[in-house]
Parts: sequence; structure tokens; C-alpha cells
Amino acid sequence: MPAIPPLLSLRGLVKRFGDHLALDGLDLDVAPGEFLTLLGGSGSGKSTLLRVIAGFETADAGRLDLAGQDLAPLPPHARPLNMMFQSYALFPHLSVAANIAYGLRRDGVPRAERERRVAGALALVGLEGLEGRMPQRLSGGQRQRVALARALVKRPRLLLLDEPLGALDAHLRERTGFELRALQRATGAAFIMVTHDQQEALSLADRVAVLEAGRLVQQGPPRAVYERPATRFVAGFLGGANVLEGRPDGRGGFDCPALGVALRPAALPAATTALALRPERIARATAAGENTVEGVVEEVAFRGDDSLLLVRAGGGALLRVGHAEEDGPPPPRGAVLRLGWEAAALVPLAA
Amino acid sequence: MRATPAALLTRLLPAAWLLALVAAPLLLVLAIALSWPADGVPPFTLPWSGGQGSEGRGANPEAFALILGDGFYGGAFLGSVQAAGATAALCLLLGFPMALGIVRAGPAWRGPLLLAMLLPFWTGFLPRLGAWIGILRDEGWINGVLLSLGLIEAPLPLLYSTPALLLGMLHAYLPFAVLPLYASLSRLDPALEEAAADLGAGRWTAFATVTLPLVAPGAAAAFLLVFIPAAGEYVIPELLGPPGAQMVGRVLWQEFFQNRDWPVAAALAVLLLLALLLPILLFQRLEARR
Amino acid sequence: MRRRPLSLPWAWIGLGCGLAFLWLPVVLLVVYAFSADRIPFQWGGFSLRWFEALAANGRLLEAAWLSLRVALGAASLATLLGGALGWVLARHGPFRGRAILGGLAGAPLVLPDVVIGLSLLLLFVLLEGATGWPAERGALTILLAHATIGAAYAAVLAQARLAEMEPELEDAARDLGAGPATAFLTVTLPLMAPSLLAGWLLAFTLSLDDVVVASFVSGPAGTTLPMVIFSMLRLGLTPEVNALAVVILGLAGLAGGLGLLALRLLRRR
Repeated sequence: MPAIPPLLSLRGLVKRFGDHLALDGLDLDVAPGEFLTLLGGSGSGKSTLLRVIAGFETADAGRLDLAGQDLAPLPPHARPLNMMFQSYALFPHLSVAANIAYGLRRDGVPRAERERRVAGALALVGLEGLEGRMPQRLSGGQRQRVALARALVKRPRLLLLDEPLGALDAHLRERTGFELRALQRATGAAFIMVTHDQQEALSLADRVAVLEAGRLVQQGPPRAVYERPATRFVAGFLGGANVLEGRPDGRGGFDCPALGVALRPAALPAATTALALRPERIARATAAGENTVEGVVEEVAFRGDDSLLLVRAGGGALLRVGHAEEDGPPPPRGAVLRLGWEAAALVPLAA
Repeated sequence: MRATPAALLTRLLPAAWLLALVAAPLLLVLAIALSWPADGVPPFTLPWSGGQGSEGRGANPEAFALILGDGFYGGAFLGSVQAAGATAALCLLLGFPMALGIVRAGPAWRGPLLLAMLLPFWTGFLPRLGAWIGILRDEGWINGVLLSLGLIEAPLPLLYSTPALLLGMLHAYLPFAVLPLYASLSRLDPALEEAAADLGAGRWTAFATVTLPLVAPGAAAAFLLVFIPAAGEYVIPELLGPPGAQMVGRVLWQEFFQNRDWPVAAALAVLLLLALLLPILLFQRLEARR
Repeated sequence: MRRRPLSLPWAWIGLGCGLAFLWLPVVLLVVYAFSADRIPFQWGGFSLRWFEALAANGRLLEAAWLSLRVALGAASLATLLGGALGWVLARHGPFRGRAILGGLAGAPLVLPDVVIGLSLLLLFVLLEGATGWPAERGALTILLAHATIGAAYAAVLAQARLAEMEPELEDAARDLGAGPATAFLTVTLPLMAPSLLAGWLLAFTLSLDDVVVASFVSGPAGTTLPMVIFSMLRLGLTPEVNALAVVILGLAGLAGGLGLLALRLLRRR
């Protein structure tokens, strides 16, 4: 991170629900104007984290600062940030325009300016002409935009988005994702988006933070996190990497009994307990040697732009192997393949 | 939610109201059931009060002893349970096909049909009972029609009978059974019966093995929702029922208004509540589960 | 057309029979209200004489006026109390005494009328003995009793309505800068409005229909319309009751129509 002071700074956040530890000493910084995605499975604490930042839950321990101001004593309505809810939470008794104007009214914005800003927000999300509609009479995509406009019209420096694309049809998701990104750039606000969809997390964010059991297990630019997963969880959650268990043999190689061969990664810290290997980094090998293995194709799944093969290696491991379309038709079930990969494709995992 | 002073006030004010007008009166009923008879108004002195005639004495169990020892009161309890049980059973019997009919009539018809069921209640409870009196009594509508057709020579004694009582109860309580049945039937996924049919169940088997078990809690709630108020009913047996057949509500009323025996009336109320405790708790469990 | 898994003729027959059974006395009652015959439910030619007799019956009109005032007051008080209870039970989460509060709020729904009436009378009598208040039982004591019963129904309706509204709506209001009171007034209350209106109408109807509780808690000063009708029915049926029922039906139809219209407007807006 460059030396600009963070917009949001979280230190040692703890939140308990009874016996359950939803946030377990979490540290996180968000820079001004940054697009951060919080990625995690259900129960990882990602939604709890948003609700703690917004003020709907009180942290049991830890510090929250927004632009140097301690947030803890502030009730939700006094926090200078806004949230877009997963359910959108549009007020069903108010029209689109009145929904968007709600926050401005609370701030006592004069009528003329309020109307101007509501019109601006509607234009921003491309909903001109719908100001009089009731929320029940909007499509899912339109509701999502109203919720976004309502949260953005107050010009927050930080916007929290809880699964903003989760309720949309698949064909709308990609387009809306790009629009979110453009809006974030246009407004200059920092976005924290919670999602369980790795595609969404990787494609939209400046930075990805992966949560597991209330802890931040890894953060960084999407490409870096994807290519250098730090833990088994991240490796499996992002892109479904093969996790090869074993131990260093002390001679620069890595014993992997399930594969039946020794692997030779480019780098191998002594504490390594497993190696991650992405399916698309595995290719056909012409000859036996280091970092090659023989296996039998058990399943072939066509996925459109490529195929996924499940290959049973000699030691019993089942490998996920990518097969690109331009390499011709995939091998049939039962075919015996020799597979290989570059040493750099093997990513050491410590946990 | 943090309790702000305003939120606390909205909790405390209704709580105070309920304590004063629901909890305290019920405790008073128990106290007076155990009180000593006295001359004057009110015609009792509270137990343990040390008032006139109760020196050195605690609670007076005589009212309970009287009720439990006299077969008349036991008969009234039995009569109430029988009448309420028969009413609830009749309400289920007629209410189930009604609820099913309303649900299966399709979304557009449900509202109008429910309204058609509830509209008659806008004439008021007592005028409707008056109508039944007018229909059933000796010089009433049915006897008038039958006499003028020459089908009978003398009027049939229809009013002041057990069938008249049950007819009036059924008329008053039927919607209380239909509404919970309707609620649980309308929540049922129609695909369930189709799935049962797909797995080889015939129409009646699908209905009996899938629909009925899923509606059972709703049916139990409907039964209790009728049974509980019907067991304490006073007005309908008084106006339509046979003079001899006693029910608890009626006996309580007579003890209070005619005999002015407040301790016995209160003891009857306590025993009625005890008798209804099981159905009430059962009903609340069923409601909580929904 | 959607395929019906079971087309059940007996369900249709049952529905038809049930509706006919519910409507029969009402239809007869309306028809014979316009019969000139002195014996109710015998046809003696068309006449409005029973409506005229009704208009001249001072005791009945007085009772009707009392009932109306009591019902208006009781329904309004019940809506206030029940609305607060429903909100507290639906939105305050777990707090100490919640189970007791919920149990007490629901108790009037399952207590027999004779028990409610007797228990409240005993309370009023003992209160009078101890404090001198209420010096006279009548409109006020009936109003308090009816408000207590009505509040239980209003609370159930309000709580059910809030349970189907997602709590995120209030969170969203807070997030957009509304304090707790503002969020309640601008979001929660408008959303509760249909259930409050329904609760008011139900409490109003219950109050206008009640004879048992009113008979217990009332004194010589307070005779409500149902108490008058009840004594009329006990002493011998007159066609006046039919005429009265037609008037009630007309007024209830008017009020119900207006209520439905108001509900629809609230939902639409």
C-alpha cells in the first residue's frame, strides 16, 4: 500500500454471537476510492463485518476509524457512509423518487437541491422516467439500481454493498458488474463489496480480501491472490486449484504420495505442507520427467470455452485438468494421459 | 436493539396496562374464589384480610368444595365439553371442504369467497341469533312453511333443543375454523400432490398421505380455536339451547347474577380456566410453530 | 388453465352448503324486516313500520349511542396499545419479560368471555372499595374492558404485519440518516398502517358485538345496544330486531366499504 492514509481502518475487530465467533480479531484498511471485495463462504463473517462497519452490530472488541474519526460511538444514522442491502430494502410505501430522496430529507437538504440530486442519481443509474413508480412495480434489475442510487445520492466516501448482484439473473450480472465499476470510478467513493462469487470478486475489485471463519486469510490484487493463494482454503475457493498434500523431501523436491511422484516447485519454503496447482496450468507432456504424471481420464465435462477432465493419477489422486478448445477434441474416458506443468505453476501452501 | 427511553416506555406502558387489566383481575378471581361470604356489597371478604367474619382464618375452600362435591356442576362441565367438542367437530367437518374449495377456486376467487363467508357477520352476533330463533320457534319460519304446505299438523318443537344449540354454535364459530384451515391449505405447495401422483399415488392416496398430514396442525389449531371459546359460551345456550342442559358459562352467569354467589362464580371461572389450560397451551404451541 | 391435482366435487358442495348456511338467516332477516306482520318471519305484506318503530324507540337509540361512543373509544385505545405491543413483540428482539408480555397480550384471545367479564368486574369493585374509583360502572368500565380485548387482536395483527416486513427496511432508514424516532415515524409506522386500521375495525366490531363482558362490567348507568337486544331476544322476539339488524348491516357495509377502500389506498400508494 502507498503511504496515503487509509479511509477506513479496522483493528482487531471481534464479534461474538453467543458461542459463535463471527469476527476473530480482524484487521483491514481501505484506501480512498478503492474497490475492495470481501470474498468468503456462508458463515465466514463477511456480512457481519459490513453490519459492524455500518453500525447495526456493535463489535465486542477492536477499533473502527473512518478518515481518522472513531466510528464506535456513532449510531448508524450518524455514520458518514452508506450501505446497499442484499434485499435492497426499498421502502415499499414510497415511490422511486421518494426512496432516493429519503436520505437527503433526513439531512435537511432544501427541496430544489434535493430534486436536482434525485434527478442526477436517477440519470446516473439510467432510470430516468421511473421516479413515480412504486418499488413493487419494478423489475429486479431496476430495484437494484434504485437501491444503488439511494445509497449513492448522499455522496458517501464509503459505500458498503452486500451481495449487490446476488439477486440478479445471470445474464444481468456481468453487465451490472461493469456498471458498478464505472459508477465507482465516476463517484470516486470507496466500495466494499461482499460476495461469495469468486468470478465477481476477481473481475470487479482493485483488491480482494478473503475471509474464513471470521479471519482475513489473504488480501491483495485479484491476479496475485488467484495465482499465489496463501492457504488451502483460498486455493480451493478461487478457481478450484488442485491441492497436493505432502512434505519437502529435503533435496528441493516435494513428496506427494497421492500423486505417486516427486514434484519440483520453483520455490519451496521448509514449512510447506501442500502445493496448489491450477487446472489450466496442466498440459500434455511429451516425455516422462520432473513434474509429470500419468493418469486415466475418468470424467470429461464440456464447459463451453474449455473442458474439464478428472484424471486419476497413479497414486490415487484425482486431478482437475483443463483442456482448451483450440487443442482439439478432449480425450475420451479411459484414455491414458501423460500430464506435465512448469515448476512455477506449483504454489507452496503453508496452511 | 438498544433500549432507548422511548422504546422502554412503549414496553412499560402496555405492560402496566396488561398487568392491571389482565393479570391482576385473574389473580383476583382466584382470591375471591377462596373468600368468605359476607353481607353487603361486595358480598364477600377477601381471604387473609382479617376483615369481618374472617378472623384467624385463611382461605375458604368452601366454594371449590361445593362445586367439586355437587354433581350439578360436574354435569355442567361435561355439558360444556360435549357441546364445545361437538361444535368444533362440526366446524371442522363443514369448514374443511369450505377451506379447500376456497383455496382451489384459484387466486382471483379467494378474496371474494372469503368475503362472502365473512359478510353475514356484519349483521351482528345477536340479530343473527334472533334470526335463528325466528326460523326455529313454534310460530317461526320453518314451522310456518311446513304448516302452510300441510306437511305437519302441529308445529315441531325445534327451538330450545340440543340441535338448535349446535346449529347456533356452528353458525357463530364456522369462520373461526375455516380461516386457519384456509391459511394452512393455501401455504401448501400444489406440486406436492403432483409429486405424490408422479410417485404412483392415486388421487385419494395423494390427498390422504400428503395433504392431510401437512394440514393436520392447521386442523388442530382450528379445532382448538373453536373449542376454547365455545366451552365458555353463555349467550347461545341461553337463547337456543334446552333449558335443562347446563353449560359452565351459563351456570357461572346464574351463580353471579341470580344467586349473587360471587365466590362460587369465581371458583367456576378458576376451574374453567384450569380445564382450558391444556387446550390453550396446545393451541399456543401450534401457533408458535407456524 | 392450471391443472388441478384433485378436482374435488365434495369440496365445492361443502363450500356451497356452508355459504348457504351462513347466509340463510341473514337473507331471511333482511327480507322479513320489511314484512308488516307482527309475528317475525311471517309475511304480512311490504311495510316500513318496524323501521319507524325503531326510530321511535328511545331506550334503544340511547343504548346505540352509548355503544357507538364506547366502541369508538375502545377501538382507538386498543389500536394504540395493540400497535405498541405488536411493535415491541416483533421488533425489540429478546428482552427480559418478553415471554410474560407476549403471554399476557395474547391471553384475552383465549380466555372465555365470562371469565374476562367476571375478572374485570371484580377488579373494578375492589378498586372502588379501595380508592373510590370507578365510582360508577358504565361507559368507562366497558370501554376499558373492550380496549383490553381489542388490544390483543390489534397486537396480533400488527405483529404479523411487522413479521412479514424485512427488518432491513428500518436498518436502511437508519443508514440513510434517520434517528430511531424518525425511522419509526417515516418507515415503521406507515408500513404498520394497514394492520393498525384492520385492528381498529376489528376492535370496533368486537366492542359493538359484545354482550357478556359488557353485562358484567356495566352498572345500572350503562346499557349498551347488545344488552338491549339480548333482553329483547330473551323476552320475546319482535320484528324490530330484524329492522335493527338491517340498519346495522347497512352501516357496517358502509364502514367496511370505506375501510376496504382505505386499505386499498394505503397498499397502492
